[in-house]
Amino acid sequence: MDFNDTPEEAKFRSEARAFLEANVQPKSNDKERLQRRLKPAEYMKAAKDYQRKKAEAGFAGITWAKEQGGRGLPPIYSVIFNQEEAKFDAPSAPFSIGLGMCVPTVIAFSDEATKDRYVAKALRGEEIWCQLFSEPAAGSDVAAGKTKAVRDGDDWIINGQKVWTTGAQFSDFGILLTRTNPDVEKHKGLTMFIVDMKQKGVDVRPIHQASGGREFNEVYFTDVRIPDSWRLGEPGMGWNVALVTLMNERLAVGGSYGPDYKEIFDFAKGINSPAGGGALIQDESFRQKLADWIVRAEGYKLAKFRTMTALSKGQTPGPESSIGKVINANQMMDIANTAIEAQDHYGIINDPDLAPLEGSFHQSYMFAPGLRIAGGTDEILKNIIAERVLGLPQDVRVDKGVAFKDLPTGR
Amino acid sequence: MNFDFSDDQKSLKDQARKFLADKSAIKVVRGVLNDDARSYDDALWRGVAEMGWLGAAIPEEHGGLGLGRLELCVLAEEIGRSVAPIPFSSTVYFFAEALMLAGSDAQKAAHLPKVASGETIGCFALSEGPGAPSVSSINAKFDGTTLTGAKIPVTDGDCATHAVVAAKDGAGVSLVLVDLNQPGVTRTTLKTLDPTRGHAKLEFKGAKAERLGAAGQGWELAEQVLDRAAVLLAFEQVGGSQACLEMATEYAKSRYAFSRPIGSFQAIKHKLADMYVNIEVARSNAYYGAWALSTEAAELPFAAAAARAAASDAYYFCAKENIQTHGGMGFTWEVDCHLFYRRAKLLAVQAGSPAAWKEKLVKRLEQRNAA
Repeated sequence: MDFNDTPEEAKFRSEARAFLEANVQPKSNDKERLQRRLKPAEYMKAAKDYQRKKAEAGFAGITWAKEQGGRGLPPIYSVIFNQEEAKFDAPSAPFSIGLGMCVPTVIAFSDEATKDRYVAKALRGEEIWCQLFSEPAAGSDVAAGKTKAVRDGDDWIINGQKVWTTGAQFSDFGILLTRTNPDVEKHKGLTMFIVDMKQKGVDVRPIHQASGGREFNEVYFTDVRIPDSWRLGEPGMGWNVALVTLMNERLAVGGSYGPDYKEIFDFAKGINSPAGGGALIQDESFRQKLADWIVRAEGYKLAKFRTMTALSKGQTPGPESSIGKVINANQMMDIANTAIEAQDHYGIINDPDLAPLEGSFHQSYMFAPGLRIAGGTDEILKNIIAERVLGLPQDVRVDKGVAFKDLPTGR
Repeated sequence: MNFDFSDDQKSLKDQARKFLADKSAIKVVRGVLNDDARSYDDALWRGVAEMGWLGAAIPEEHGGLGLGRLELCVLAEEIGRSVAPIPFSSTVYFFAEALMLAGSDAQKAAHLPKVASGETIGCFALSEGPGAPSVSSINAKFDGTTLTGAKIPVTDGDCATHAVVAAKDGAGVSLVLVDLNQPGVTRTTLKTLDPTRGHAKLEFKGAKAERLGAAGQGWELAEQVLDRAAVLLAFEQVGGSQACLEMATEYAKSRYAFSRPIGSFQAIKHKLADMYVNIEVARSNAYYGAWALSTEAAELPFAAAAARAAASDAYYFCAKENIQTHGGMGFTWEVDCHLFYRRAKLLAVQAGSPAAWKEKLVKRLEQRNAA
């Protein structure tokens, strides 16, 4: 047992580090980040520049085949690069969904001409992709989507609405899950397409989130034409295509967000416990909770080391990596809640100029409810663990053998 | 990154699982459970001695196999999984570890070979009554040659041949080594939550004893022994938790209610998924403890506390939810759920309660940050 890289991994890590040091700023604290915050257009320009440099240096598409412009390395190298990149303020976010989920799906399901058209440009950051799966009536039950695609000569005509689409406002293309046949069972009537997000009839509207931000979008499609050559997979096979996309989501081993146990540990030294008896860090009930957070945060970090070990030996991570978000989102919420309540009445102030840690506990408090839902709710992730890891039977399916159009719908 | 056990260690684990499935089958555990006169299974004890497990981490010069602590960790997990009714933890994680940590060459030479052969059964006596032991709670006295006082409870104290006892020695606490088969020692068997393991009150009246380690260093040594034992116990706890999850999963697949397997209900799925998450957190922390223990890393106190806190909570959760998943059957004597529920509580308190270890974990975080 050790925590060391193999010689090849160590060499790769130092190359990655050298690249990052030459091209991006080291991680700043929240205050510095606030001061340095770029306008959206400036940020996007910086992000595209960075992605181009990454591609030129061979750090984009690390696991992709060489003929796709990748480096053909095992997944462990991708994890190593991500670990190093996380130590910097690298503007990589706009590309994570496209390169992590959408373009691998395009590679898996399209012909050479289509791949030639899209893959290299995406890798170099020239075109950005989004994923259009969720709908107002298809969240956890994502196969229940109603967005309609109707064949018209060599084209398909799209009408409907997607929701919670990250990055739709700046995306050039998307992969779009549609209903092409409502007369067959739910999972059998779906078809996947590439869609040009900049064309007429595509209307992107930001969602004003409960947290106050507008990171996600609704996307409306009105008589949007897609050529049949942009179809991914056979008509009716869209669910199988979607599963490939979702499988790639798992490879993106998620990090944690917001303040964790180290931040609240430091915070607790400088504030009195509302229960009395001196500093919060001396409060016995706080110390017991702190221990639980340490155990969970360290446990999650160490579980990722176990995943890395498996990757290093050439194995692929299974659905067991679903535990990460269940742990992190809930812990983030609990830590934020404790830090806010510890401030007593003052805890209601989230003004970054007045609140501790520039209000980052408050940001966590407001963002955590979304994190418990995004990318699979706690409940769906637990179903995945129960069914795919433990092998428990599926729930009774009332949609088996029923045409999609005849399924009951609520709100 | 190689944060996993080696292929050799995994094959040792497979071998241990097969051996215990045969020699420590549930009927063997129940044999001890249902017989008040027996506190362990002697045939199983001789079996593990023959397999070399008792001396797995003892150096070859003292009659052991001279393997590392990682090998001991994989054995511990299997022992936990099988709820083995033997004084393995008391002898190996506490008694032998205390000797290897603090013993003189003569003490090691005298005792370790007998531990490895199974002739000596050891135990570790700290507690003297309700509440967490501390320097001030220890009243047993050592005068340089004899020991006086009482220890309650002592896990495996009714079958042990020798004990390591914490006693006041002048101003401080010392660890002392006592042969329990002598006139100055009285044992009273105790009724406990887990009858598959023996427990006793040990009373010493001028019993002959010798120091283990330096005078006055006993409390620090005891803490170090507890840190080592915490990692090994965490593996037993992870093994027990995993057994509970597997039992619950099997039952949820085969038990029908409302004309379908109960495992198809989300209420059951989410319960079992929570068990899985708890086990993964505990297992990952235990692996880190194993790494720290086997490399004698400075991180051991922190890693041991995290492993122990995680594993104690995981085993309690898995054991209670295993019963719940089994419904009424889970509350019967005949179904095995209660064996794990009982053992979970013994393992949670025998080397210090979860709350005590959580406090240690935070203290050690403070120390690490101050350093």
